[in-house]
Amino acid sequence: MTRYLPPVVLVVLALLPLGLKDPYLLNALITGGIFTIGAISLNLLLGYTGQLSLGHIAFFGIGAYASALTALGFDVGLFGDVRVIHEGWHPFIGFLVAIVVSGFFGYVVGRLSFRVRGAYFVIVTICFAEVVRLVALNWIELTQGPLALTSIPQMKLGFPGLGELTLRTKVQNYYLMLGVATLAYLVVARLVHSRFGRAMRGLKENEQLAMSVGVNATKTLTVAATFSAAIAGAAGSLYAHYFRIIDPDVFLFAYTVTMVIMVVSGGKGALAGPVIGGLIFGTLPVALRPYMAPEAQWIVYGAVLILILFLMPRGIAPYVDDWFAARRARRAHGAAPAAKPQLEGQR
Amino acid sequence: MDQFLQHLVNAMVLGGAYALLGIGLTLIFGIMNVVNFTHGALYTFGAYAMYLASTALGMNFFLALPFAIVAGLALGALLELTLLRPLRGADIDTTMLVMIGAGIILQSGTLWIFGGVAKAIPSPFPDAPLQFAGVSISWLRLFVLLAAAALIALAYAMINGTRLGRAMRATFQDADTAALMGVNVRLIYTATFALGSSFAAAAGALLGPVYVVFPQMGDLAAVKAFAIVILGGLGSIAGATIGGFVLALAEEFGAGYVSSGYRDAMGFLIIIAVLLMKPTGLFARAERVG
Repeated sequence: MTRYLPPVVLVVLALLPLGLKDPYLLNALITGGIFTIGAISLNLLLGYTGQLSLGHIAFFGIGAYASALTALGFDVGLFGDVRVIHEGWHPFIGFLVAIVVSGFFGYVVGRLSFRVRGAYFVIVTICFAEVVRLVALNWIELTQGPLALTSIPQMKLGFPGLGELTLRTKVQNYYLMLGVATLAYLVVARLVHSRFGRAMRGLKENEQLAMSVGVNATKTLTVAATFSAAIAGAAGSLYAHYFRIIDPDVFLFAYTVTMVIMVVSGGKGALAGPVIGGLIFGTLPVALRPYMAPEAQWIVYGAVLILILFLMPRGIAPYVDDWFAARRARRAHGAAPAAKPQLEGQR
Repeated sequence: MDQFLQHLVNAMVLGGAYALLGIGLTLIFGIMNVVNFTHGALYTFGAYAMYLASTALGMNFFLALPFAIVAGLALGALLELTLLRPLRGADIDTTMLVMIGAGIILQSGTLWIFGGVAKAIPSPFPDAPLQFAGVSISWLRLFVLLAAAALIALAYAMINGTRLGRAMRATFQDADTAALMGVNVRLIYTATFALGSSFAAAAGALLGPVYVVFPQMGDLAAVKAFAIVILGGLGSIAGATIGGFVLALAEEFGAGYVSSGYRDAMGFLIIIAVLLMKPTGLFARAERVG
């Protein structure tokens, strides 16, 4: 049953804009979806390798800036009289550049920070995000600093034989988000179910044991960080071309927290986890907005995060899995009590 | 030369408050193995307690400071009893995330109650700075330096000279053995978290009047506290004290001679450099690091 759930959810999500005309709701879904892509990428690190990266927004923001700058063009003096001048390119190239640049930063951060684990790793990633934010704030020639990069062109998609489509409407952007999210989901699913994915989970369960059977810890974790950062960069690119304005506030810690909440509430280490968490926390602001101020909404977020950690430390997805497994077991054995469900195999 | 001395004096003032922040965080990590993500919120809380006490409650500045510290102590104890005590034995990531949740609630609560506009805490000191050998320092900053030094000395005396301090050190070395020797470890955890929180609140209450008070002031403070603690080695109190002053020196001289925009980046660059060369921190003994 759980096998059919992802395509069903995808179809429902694809049909959603047909019945949904409220631009505010669509906007919330697109924004929530973009952060869900970030959460899917974070899950690769947090859920499958067990490394809590609290600087994940850095890769998202780097992707946003890389994509926007590729599309807008820039003119920066490096040292002396050397200037780098770049004319704006097609926004889709920006999207690809964002993936490559963010992936590169993921590789570098992974290489440097996977010498340490646990609390040290968490703090290194936070520091990285802060440094990047300060660079975005102060390298005014490149990023416009607090004045923000504005008039970022909308995403354009070229179709062979059909010409080019500029994504102007919310519905078009919704489908772009959904397409990229599906792709991100599939990439992560493919990675997780490969030999490489088993190595990652081995490291999470018992690093020394995994290394003793020949898993190269630093290499595996670095590859995971590279993929994770690249996907986050893709999400950042979508963000930049959808909102068409970015400032150094994209690097705020609160956005990392949003992604972490999505992963943890949905279920870390489950493919569906960030999607479930993303759907809940992407739509929660819409549900809460009529009743409370944004500050109060954040209080609710914090409370929900704490409650989930206390009541469902594994997140929602494993419980859904359990429920289906228990139902199957009931059917198989008549009314006999459910056997203890096998969890690992079906994720 | 005068400018150099001036930077040095400024760094000392800042370093005192940073050391307080770092000691609080390192104490909690060392003894409880909890990365306290409410540390920044507690710093903000201390500053707002100071603001409330000296404006709405009409307290004397010198009375408002201990009030803010005690308020931090109480909030810390409350957080430990409600959130951390039930989670004892949970893995470090879970407690980290719970503390992030608590930090969000505290920060958003502050924003909700007080609004986003920065507030100034009135200072009882004369505006004219103290001039000495070409260096000028405001009376307020001098007071901050002395108060921070006194609190650091108090912390050392408490940890090294009292029964509570001895029990804390015993728990730090080995919680199970300490429990067998009759130490009430649960009480020690609560006391540790409350004390660590009160140090963060003290740092906020001291730096609040120097700068301004706003709900997000704790964000940078928290990351700086992490920087200090990594620099000194997680769990090392002497390391945190030295780390606080090293960070302040790096920021002050970095801002003075390199670029003021990257002032706040100094701490992070230090962390990255330290972790690349000596991941256990500069002052930690190897076995202390978790």
